[in-house]
Amino acid sequence: MTDQVEPSAPAAPKLEPDFVPEVEKPWLQTWRMFAKNRAALFGLVLLSVIVGMAVLGPTLYPADPYDIVWAPQSPPGTEGFILGTDYLGRDLLAGIIYGSRATLIVGAAAALITIVIGILVGALAGYYRGWVEELLMRITEFFQVLPPLLLAMVLVLLFSPTLVTISIAIGVVSWTATARLARAEFLRIRELEYVKGARSIGARNSRIIWLVILPNAAPPLIVSAAFAVGIAILFEAGLSFLELNDPNIMSWGYMIGSNRPYVLESWWAVTFPGIAIFLTVLAVSLIGDGLNDALNPRLRQR
Amino acid sequence: MNTPSPILSVADLAVEFDMRDGVARVIDDLSFDLMPGETLGIVGESGCGKSMTALSIMRLVPMPPGRIAGGEIRLDGENLVAASDVRIREIRGNEISMIFQEPMTSLNPVYTVGDQIAETVRLHEGLSKRDARDRAIEMLRAVAIPAPEARVEEYPHQLSGGMRQRVMIAMALTCRPRVLIADEPTTALDVTVQAQIFDLLRDLKEQTQTAIILITHDMGVIAEMAQRVVVMYAGRKVEDAPVDELLLNPKHPYSQGLIACVPHLQAVPTVERPPLMEIPGVVPSVSELGRGGCPFAPRCAQAMDRCRQQMPPPSTVAPGHQVACWLIDETRAA
Amino acid sequence: MQFLNSIGQRVLFGLVLLLAVLVLNFTLIHMAPGDPADVIAGEMGGATEEMMASIRKAYGLDRPFHEQLFSYVGKVFQGDLGYSYYFDQPVTELIFERLSATLLLVLTSLFLAIFLGTFLGVFASQNPNGMLSHFVTLLALLGYSLPVFWTGIMLLILLAAPPVDLFPIAGMYDVTKDGGTFDYILDVLHHLILPVVTLSTIYLAFYSRLSRASMLDVLGADYIRTARAKGLSERVVVYKHALRNGVLPVVTFAGLQFSQLFSGAVLVETVFSWPGLGTLAFDSIGRRDTPMLLGILFFSALIVIVANILTDISYRLIDPRIKTGMKT
Repeated sequence: MTDQVEPSAPAAPKLEPDFVPEVEKPWLQTWRMFAKNRAALFGLVLLSVIVGMAVLGPTLYPADPYDIVWAPQSPPGTEGFILGTDYLGRDLLAGIIYGSRATLIVGAAAALITIVIGILVGALAGYYRGWVEELLMRITEFFQVLPPLLLAMVLVLLFSPTLVTISIAIGVVSWTATARLARAEFLRIRELEYVKGARSIGARNSRIIWLVILPNAAPPLIVSAAFAVGIAILFEAGLSFLELNDPNIMSWGYMIGSNRPYVLESWWAVTFPGIAIFLTVLAVSLIGDGLNDALNPRLRQR
Repeated sequence: MNTPSPILSVADLAVEFDMRDGVARVIDDLSFDLMPGETLGIVGESGCGKSMTALSIMRLVPMPPGRIAGGEIRLDGENLVAASDVRIREIRGNEISMIFQEPMTSLNPVYTVGDQIAETVRLHEGLSKRDARDRAIEMLRAVAIPAPEARVEEYPHQLSGGMRQRVMIAMALTCRPRVLIADEPTTALDVTVQAQIFDLLRDLKEQTQTAIILITHDMGVIAEMAQRVVVMYAGRKVEDAPVDELLLNPKHPYSQGLIACVPHLQAVPTVERPPLMEIPGVVPSVSELGRGGCPFAPRCAQAMDRCRQQMPPPSTVAPGHQVACWLIDETRAA
Repeated sequence: MQFLNSIGQRVLFGLVLLLAVLVLNFTLIHMAPGDPADVIAGEMGGATEEMMASIRKAYGLDRPFHEQLFSYVGKVFQGDLGYSYYFDQPVTELIFERLSATLLLVLTSLFLAIFLGTFLGVFASQNPNGMLSHFVTLLALLGYSLPVFWTGIMLLILLAAPPVDLFPIAGMYDVTKDGGTFDYILDVLHHLILPVVTLSTIYLAFYSRLSRASMLDVLGADYIRTARAKGLSERVVVYKHALRNGVLPVVTFAGLQFSQLFSGAVLVETVFSWPGLGTLAFDSIGRRDTPMLLGILFFSALIVIVANILTDISYRLIDPRIKTGMKT
């Protein structure tokens, strides 16, 4: 059947074999573009270092960050404590190393929740339109009206701070931007020919949404996921700065918050955790920018 | 015989763009004259440098990445390529005006059409606000917009595409320019509206004696509107002739192709119509320009070895009729 | 007429949103683990049996859920947001005491960020590869990556502590100072500088990047070419024809971001002990003063809604095209 050619059909123009351009796998192409971007690569290296610190740090530097090990407010370098001690005499280096775990776990988990809720709401609103869209977008507006940090504070306070409640609270308050983006993408893509084609051959809605449209809406959503990680990390830091941290797990924000009253005597105790937060978020946003450039090549002329 | 001197004269114009991989010469060796009161058509497929020619005359080529790399554009003897920015701004909208292809997006959405017309006269003629507004109403009336006193207060989004193009024409003509450049003024409009716009342009031209450069890809429009026509291909002029001459006796294979692909355009309606033709292939992309040889050769059925190696120079085949094609030599030799 | 109509619609929807905030607040109290009365009393209240009983009575906690909700909503619309057992004072009163300080901080920061950010973006857009453009990109990266509370503390260490000692460490005015109204205003401004700089930096970065991108977009528009073809000078082209269009996304985002500005204010106020709603919220955490926190949440939502309506109006004033679905 496949070998037979309709006699009346016009002969397809013959392409020379060497005319066929070699098609690169899309992810390989993206990676090549990404790897060209020095800032993005720097971000990737930086993030790898931080992840490495979270995973290996405790093995290489076994210590309890809550232990009081030396005189309070010892400046960096005292008695082998490279970063010094805080207002209670706890080792700041241990705090930085163990704190990276809370930061990364909450950052990843909260971003995941953000993206899942955002895509779900945006996809359904953009695909089904009508009253579904109306309702979902009104709900989105509702969440936009509530100051996200305040709502997260209330949630965490009421349900007591643990890594789980903190991640959920951050996810619940920060999905609106992703939802708007996903909706816009779905609105755009659902009108394209290949989606109409899929519908005309009777594909189920769920299939069209998740297997046809979503993969095509992925590039901007991936970029927004990268930024969601950065925002979640800043949120976690903010909450623990406000003393809404998991009391069993050291966190950079908590280090800053608890040492804040003593900044004039020991600047280092707030400075180092802040630098750690800054570098982590910087790494993530450099990666996000790099992905943005690599996935949306037409914007690169800007 | 005392021939009148051209109002606008383009000589050896070259425009270049910096590309990621080198420099592209998007206009090369372009020369033509525009006589006072004349309508000159410039035709060619999209991407052949027509709009870039218009933008060069207005000195509106985006710089960077573009630049006018050589040649002269003389308005009544004054070289615009060398003119100062201040002088160019005095000329724009005042002595040379332009209307664009996209009436839907060419007007600023946040100002009323009256403000946008009045702005030009206030700038060039220093009219008071009130006088400028009166002039705007007068111009709207001149371009046959009904109820101009009310329309003057409206925003572009309240007008149809045809109405917006009328506003653009009003804006362009309000300072009575000597030259009007119309870049595909009707391409974005309905066919019936197209005819109205061309009627309007013709009427206004009779009243004001403004010389017009009409840029289009449509040979039918040229036949109807222009006295003379320049055919461009890949940034170069391939043929330049009076309209009747070109339609009856096109010399360049590209011109012949352009005419053959218009169905109703026949000088003598015969019973037996020649088959509709298409020109195979596409206009070369800008990065392929400037490779030596005739740029049309790859698409030309009559191309010879010489065509692929050497750019043919323009030669005069009849009074006022120039062609750049090696075939002319062949026929002469024969 | 259509203008008033759509504004009316937004106001109506704003009221619906406020009602939804109340329902959320109320549901949260009941969803939280433990006795709602406990949640309301907080831990620091030293809740006696007698007090718990009075809370149960005030909130009607023995009645069915929907009746409780009804009476709660009814009370809020009479201006009663509950009672702070820590302060022994109605929540509404406490909020009004602190509101002006927060508004001063938030609005000053917002206008500064929008104004400076827009102009930075406009200047940068005129030379997309110039120094200023790179500066805007860098600023945006920093503004996005720096934790705002840490920036504030760093500014305190560098500028408000010896040896520089240019600014006060904390508060909104110096209680020990005597003087007239003018001295008082100067003193407040002096206290305001560091918090405003801290809070506005993030948004300055955001708006300069946004307006740069938006201006680059607008400067490539056909009507800009038309404006140039008229012979207008580059200054008129940019500031009259491009800016009014280029500023539209800035206005849209100013409305959308108002709620995030409040989030930032909580952190910045805490750092600088600025006596606004933010420090009140922070203090309420330690005291587990739930009615206070929920009251602040409700009030900030109210302010955000009002700000959104104002944004909507200004958007319509700038852009004559009436866009109905502009918020979504």
